[in-house]
Amino acid sequence: MPEMLLLLLSPLAGALVLILCGHRNRAAEINVLFSAVTFLAAAALTARIVAHGPLRVLHEQFFVDPLNVFLVALTAFVGMTTALFSRPYMRIERDRGRVTPAGLRLYHSMFQLFSFTMLLVLTTNNLGIMWVAMEGATLTTVVLVALYRTPASLEAAWKYFILCGVGIAQALFGTILVYFAAERVLGPGIGSLLWTHLDAVKGSLEPTVMSIAFVFLLVGYGTKVGLVPLHSWLPDAHAEGPTPVSAVLSGLLLNVALYALIRCKVITDGSLIRSGGLPFAGSLLMGFGLLSVVVAVFFLSRQRDIKRMFAYSSIEHMGLMAFAFGMGGPVASFAGLLHMTMHSLTKSAIFFSVGHATQKTGTQVMENIRGLMRVNPTVGWGLLLGTVAILGMPPFGVFASEFLILTQAIAMHPWAAPILLGALGMAFAAIFGKVQPMVFGETTASRLPHSPALAPVFAHLAIVLLLGLYMPRYLALWYHQAALLVG
Amino acid sequence: MLAHYGPQLINLFAAILLLLAFAMLSQRRILSLINLYAAQGFVLCLTTTLVAALTGQHHLYGSALLTLVLKVIFLPWILHRLIRKLNVKWDVETLINIPATMLVGIVLVVLAFNLALPISQLSGTVTRSTLGIALASVLLSFLMMITRSKAIPQVIGFLAMENGLFFAATGAVYGMPMVVELGIGLDVLIAALILGMFLFQIRERFDSLDTRHLERLKEH
Repeated sequence: MPEMLLLLLSPLAGALVLILCGHRNRAAEINVLFSAVTFLAAAALTARIVAHGPLRVLHEQFFVDPLNVFLVALTAFVGMTTALFSRPYMRIERDRGRVTPAGLRLYHSMFQLFSFTMLLVLTTNNLGIMWVAMEGATLTTVVLVALYRTPASLEAAWKYFILCGVGIAQALFGTILVYFAAERVLGPGIGSLLWTHLDAVKGSLEPTVMSIAFVFLLVGYGTKVGLVPLHSWLPDAHAEGPTPVSAVLSGLLLNVALYALIRCKVITDGSLIRSGGLPFAGSLLMGFGLLSVVVAVFFLSRQRDIKRMFAYSSIEHMGLMAFAFGMGGPVASFAGLLHMTMHSLTKSAIFFSVGHATQKTGTQVMENIRGLMRVNPTVGWGLLLGTVAILGMPPFGVFASEFLILTQAIAMHPWAAPILLGALGMAFAAIFGKVQPMVFGETTASRLPHSPALAPVFAHLAIVLLLGLYMPRYLALWYHQAALLVG
Repeated sequence: MLAHYGPQLINLFAAILLLLAFAMLSQRRILSLINLYAAQGFVLCLTTTLVAALTGQHHLYGSALLTLVLKVIFLPWILHRLIRKLNVKWDVETLINIPATMLVGIVLVVLAFNLALPISQLSGTVTRSTLGIALASVLLSFLMMITRSKAIPQVIGFLAMENGLFFAATGAVYGMPMVVELGIGLDVLIAALILGMFLFQIRERFDSLDTRHLERLKEH
């Protein structure tokens, strides 16, 4: 209970404090401090869930089980490392005049508010509040994407807002329909929107209404996950916003949106299977997941902007996760959850390296970034190792999760396996072919006025490597428990 | 008296909402568009009050009050101020092919009614026939956002879509729980404020509020 309150109040208080003093010199440290407190609260909460099992607090309005506590811990951790990374990054941007003191204040405050909305989505038990928080996450990130006030960033933010705004409106309609179905079983009132109550009676929810509701929810939250064909905001928002924002968008927000979708899938398929139907929600997720993987891979090779390329790589990986959760079953869900963790850590590490690389060379165009190894070996190694990890090379953890997803695909849906394998191969060729000359070769880079923060990069990659080599028993057990909840 | 005419009145209001959605779709003047949006909010407020009176769901009075304050008074006021400051009060948008848009709109309405049919058959509320209309006005606002090229009509389309969603909630389930409705209201309010801020920046950067200028970021 105290951990829970601290977890939500710390970023909220951070947002309030930083809106007042976010332009000061020490603001970056305050930002790190609040993020660290949030992470400590998340760690304490995790320890408690591991020891005592699921938790419901505040009249069941908040609900923590192994599934969301793992995402809470991940979100708080990456939030903290991103705050660490953004300290030198935003200082360099300020020195170069790309962001004003007022902009910096907005940045710090919105960063904390964004963490708050994500943690609220993850911990709330109320599907209505989940929607409200998700919309809140969109609004805070719209402000963050538009931070530089350049024509391109305004365009990206406008597109992001309109697309996700429309999308999320469909999700609200879906939520209304879920409430409609639940009200007939549970009666009117707030209880009918609580996920735990819905989960308990999912077998008696009206299947027709639930499947219509899920279509709307999929369109809504799927837009935020970046599922093709609703993905077109994603590369723009990633490329035009500040890099720390790209890191949290890719590493956290997409995960959080997918989490909302998974929760909805559980009750929808629960209602359909009980009435003898097919797992419609799972099939839809699989289809859109596969489509996203294939389409994203085709776009990968055509990119010239480094952040855009990795944004498409995020679409590919989110598609892979959606496919895994769509297949269902303990192993596939386990693989999906593992892939969520690995992708989140690796992709944010890549964006950290990319951020400093673009600052060194002053461009995001890949052809103009050359020879990072020469000037700053740590940035070069960070980018190289991150890329190798995200491409699913052993011994990194992404290999383990992709391997599990593939073997499950071969076992359950053999037709999909060659498509996935082909796509992964093409992604490898496209990304590695572009990263290799950026890392090696003659240099174009210059020194930076503030020393880059690369500890987060290697911390993330070390975790990904460790989990690829050896997964501790309690962690495997924890993932397994979470996978059982996904079904 | 009320019990007898109430349901029919609700249907009447629903029909007016649908008409207003079509009117917005074809309206070229930005100023009239804002007035239509305020009128839609007002009809929504009346409907919610009526449903509250008919069913004795007291929290719906709160919802109606929220609609009145936010969508009939505050947001239109902000929009009026905005177009005055941006100096686009008398702007007329050239809309291509209004008849074609209307025809697409009619197809959307048919689609919405078909989609809502299985749901409204299950519903026991006095307002069950309105669910199709609510979904139709959501889709029509959606269409409006797609067909408009100016930024302000797109924003109004977004806000109108949210009106349709509130109407759907009132019609299908007598409104969402109050906490959720307040949260949604807060989100809409913040969204409108952020968008207003955005409009100034877009104007400053592009010298225009035409979103056709915002098409530089594309796949080559």
